Amino acid sequence: MKVKMLSRNPDNYVRETKLDLQRVPRNYDPTLHPFEVPREYIRALNATKLERVFAKPFLASLDGHRDGVSCLAKHPKSLATVLSGACDGEVRIWNLTKRKCIRTIQAHEGFVRGICTRFCGISFFTVGDDKTVKQWKMDGPGYGEEEEPLHTILGKTVYTGIDHHWKEAIFATCGQQVDIWDEQRTNPICSMTWGFDSISSVKFNPIETFLLGSCASDRNIVLYDMRQATPLKKVILDMRTNTICWNPMEAFIFTAANEDYNLYTFDMRALDTPVMVHMDHVSAVLDVDYSPTGKEFVSASFDKSIRIFPVDKSRSREVYHTKRMQHVICVKWTSDCKYVMCGSDEMNIRLWKANASEKLGVLTSREKAAKDYNQKLKEKFHHHPHIKRIARHRHLPKSIYSQIQEQRIMREARRRKEVNRLKHSKPGSVSIVSEKKKHIVAVVK
Amino acid sequence: MLVLKIHREVAFRKTSQALSKWDPIVQKNRRAKQLVFPLDRKHSAFAPIEHVLSGWKARTPLEQEIFNLLHKNKQPVTDPLLTPVEKASLKAMSLEEAKMRREVLQRARALQSYYEAKARREKKIKSKKYHKVVKKGKAKKALKEFEHLQKVNPTAALEELEKIEKARMMERMSLKHQNSGKWAKSKAIMAKYDLEARQAMQEQLAKNKELTQKLQVASESEGEEEGAEEEEEPIVPNAVNKVQMNAGGLNPWMLRSCTSDTREAEIQKDPKQPSEPVVHEVSESEGEEGPMVEEEILMKEFKERQSLRKRSELKQDTELVGSEETKDSSSQEVLSELRALSQKLNKKNHQFRKQKVSSAEAVVQVQREQSATEEEDPLLLQRPERVQTLEELEELGKEGCFQNKELPRPVLEGQCSERNPNNRPDASKEKKKKEQMIDLQNLLTTKPPSVKSLAVPTTIEELEDKEERDQKQVIKEAFAGDDVIRDFLREKREAVEASKPKDLDLTLPGWGEWGGVGLKPSAKKRRWFLIKAPEGPPRKDKNLPNVIINEKRNIHAAAHQVRVLPYPFTHHQQFERTIQTPIGSTWNTQRAFQKLTTPKVVTKPGHIIRPIKAEDVGYRSSSRSDLSVMQRNPNRLSARHKKHLKKNSID
Repeated sequence: MKVKMLSRNPDNYVRETKLDLQRVPRNYDPTLHPFEVPREYIRALNATKLERVFAKPFLASLDGHRDGVSCLAKHPKSLATVLSGACDGEVRIWNLTKRKCIRTIQAHEGFVRGICTRFCGISFFTVGDDKTVKQWKMDGPGYGEEEEPLHTILGKTVYTGIDHHWKEAIFATCGQQVDIWDEQRTNPICSMTWGFDSISSVKFNPIETFLLGSCASDRNIVLYDMRQATPLKKVILDMRTNTICWNPMEAFIFTAANEDYNLYTFDMRALDTPVMVHMDHVSAVLDVDYSPTGKEFVSASFDKSIRIFPVDKSRSREVYHTKRMQHVICVKWTSDCKYVMCGSDEMNIRLWKANASEKLGVLTSREKAAKDYNQKLKEKFHHHPHIKRIARHRHLPKSIYSQIQEQRIMREARRRKEVNRLKHSKPGSVSIVSEKKKHIVAVVK
Repeated sequence: MLVLKIHREVAFRKTSQALSKWDPIVQKNRRAKQLVFPLDRKHSAFAPIEHVLSGWKARTPLEQEIFNLLHKNKQPVTDPLLTPVEKASLKAMSLEEAKMRREVLQRARALQSYYEAKARREKKIKSKKYHKVVKKGKAKKALKEFEHLQKVNPTAALEELEKIEKARMMERMSLKHQNSGKWAKSKAIMAKYDLEARQAMQEQLAKNKELTQKLQVASESEGEEEGAEEEEEPIVPNAVNKVQMNAGGLNPWMLRSCTSDTREAEIQKDPKQPSEPVVHEVSESEGEEGPMVEEEILMKEFKERQSLRKRSELKQDTELVGSEETKDSSSQEVLSELRALSQKLNKKNHQFRKQKVSSAEAVVQVQREQSATEEEDPLLLQRPERVQTLEELEELGKEGCFQNKELPRPVLEGQCSERNPNNRPDASKEKKKKEQMIDLQNLLTTKPPSVKSLAVPTTIEELEDKEERDQKQVIKEAFAGDDVIRDFLREKREAVEASKPKDLDLTLPGWGEWGGVGLKPSAKKRRWFLIKAPEGPPRKDKNLPNVIINEKRNIHAAAHQVRVLPYPFTHHQQFERTIQTPIGSTWNTQRAFQKLTTPKVVTKPGHIIRPIKAEDVGYRSSSRSDLSVMQRNPNRLSARHKKHLKKNSID
């Protein structure tokens, strides 16, 4: 005869160790939990508040430069190594884990205009105001050896920027024209111009590596094809673009940092309308860098702050500033997507967390689960007014704050005037131009 | 310059095309629920042991010893790269496939075990009746299948027939189911006293008959069977049958043999109509047993039905009238039109009805003729709408009339309009009264009275009126479906109802009295425990007929609520649904919780995330390097450009 009896699997109720949480069986029947939405709302509210409480993004300041930091470069193979060039021609290599300078080179006379690392991480290139391009070894000289560049190329004109190819021994410099160099030669293998004005920066596309983008002081952005040795297209904006940055995950997307306080994200196949106009800065944007995931980018501005923008949003999600930080000249997002570095006028390089309230270090699985849950809660309820208000609240220095107010007033006035003009003119004679189109002057083929 | 421009344009088009290959990947990544960085995860590849071994050297003494042993045994290290077993294992089906296969097998096994268990259970059942029913069912099924087989595959059917024939022959030879056996004899003795034994006997005999029956051509099998059964001479001792008759017809087989209408059965045996409705047979037999009673019942039923129908019609009429009153109280001209129309229709209807009645009479006559021929021609009898008695015929005629009444819709309207003149004076009176004292509630439904000025000639007015009427008619026809005002009124009524405070019923069934299913607490108790809700303050829109003021809005809650529908949502319900589904582990299982809270972007700390590569997403990256392409490119700009520059400088 079969005797039936109740039996339970101890796996279901016995914990493995004493440190584990007690297992509590739960009934998930929704009728038993009538207040799930209010409870989750409160949880979301608390999560948002805690996020603001724990938002301490500033990690470290690397000091040592004796002049303003003019350029930064990431090491392609090592997360802990950062290179920086200063306005007095000094190049420093930093170790981020120790937060110390590990090497100092007097590379140029005058500004170090640009710095870039080779894709393999063995050497790096600098350009300076002294019309030279220098290649340096990444490792320091041995004992008793003198600090000397591997190669030095003496050019005819001043170089204002440099970028290295992502796969091959090619680099590009800009100045009067865009030059493409083979590392082995002292003459450029190809130089491309379109118009005559000083080009301030040149960047290789990281995905389709034969593409280049440059921006010149005659307010244009020019795209080049290195293989066909020809410029492709030129777009002229309202004001000068200081630099551009390609999206590392989307081959045809790049973002331009403009003098008119805005950033413009373009699809390079359709330059007549930017995909997105990012506004929040209150002064010229000097540098921009994409996060390695291609979802966000960070921008450095003359208004003494750096901001983090989602690619698909026109407003920034984060603004970083400190009392001591002056005009930020260069900014980089580290390749593990966790940190942001910025070099500023007052000779310091600052290290920030990319997510202000993120906990550093290893997380336990429960911590991770709680973090994910809180993140999802914040996302879920982010339309609710209280939560939105708390999540958006940032303290700003008075100068930036007042300037924002001022610009809001100006923008409102401009809008009102436009509306009035539209209202009082013959129908059809005045057309409304969208914000995206407003800043594009022309596209030259 | 133009050449340069063309060159640029061509190059741009080329690059755009090259870039557009990234579109699907970009779209996919943008829409992805989760992206894990770095993207270029190395897949752990399976390598046969030989490959691993070849790149590995024994260093420690222990390893060397082991290798010595291995080499002594001449283990094939390289020659047959894989042993057959390993090859087979590599070729073997994947885990998923294996799982699927196992599932299928499991299911089959389970089904088999269920079937076995069921069969065992059924075998154990002792009820004879049950088995009888099952057997019958099986027989029926077999018959059906056989018929089907006959239609589809005659040769197979013939074979089947032969089989049956063989069984019959065996039976006839062995007489296994006759009353010659030992068991049968004993039962025959017992049958006089024991009902069960009697039944067993009969069953056996039936079986015998079934088996020894000569099979006919399949088309007339059914009718023949019955006939055969009835023609069969009773082999059972007389006593059995007698008792059976007295006991009353439990056994249908016995009943058949008992009934006297064998003749009719013979008639029914017509080979042309094997599928005769069963109901008729039953009613027939019953009718013959007690025709008077049955007719009375039928009559009663009909009367009831008639009265019911009339009542319902009346109701419909009154409803129609009422609704029309409310609807068209404002528009008199429409009413008058309706009246005229209805009168016309009425006349038509009378004629129509007369025609119908005459036609019905004709039908009745035809049917009478049929009934006259009934005895002569049994074929006519088999019609589905067979009528047997005069009374039934009359009823049928009446029914026909009723149907006629119901069928045409204008008739109904005509009737309602017939009643309308009676009702209208009252309605108009009421209207007058209402018009005298303005009702706020009806402000919406009533139409402002048109002011007629005397200066305008009346003919024009009439014309205008006509035009207006036409227009109104058109509008009415166009918007026949949506009555906005009525909808609004209903909405308001609903809102008012919903906002009324509800009574609180605190009765607990089963307290202080018997409980159980279907028991209701007493009315007294219910009255006692019913807490009447106090009348709330008067609604703000009480005196505003065309306004609904929502008084439910809670200011304190509103501060926490979303005021405007957020961007990606197109309907507030979508948004509400996203809010209402909880994501916490308090309300979800662990698995669901994990799924619901997966982060959109996952990065590993300490890992360098490189830009996306063509190889990562399965594209072939160009084999030629950019440098080589550049060097091969004949129209390198540098030289030409220098020339160009020189020219410019000269200019």
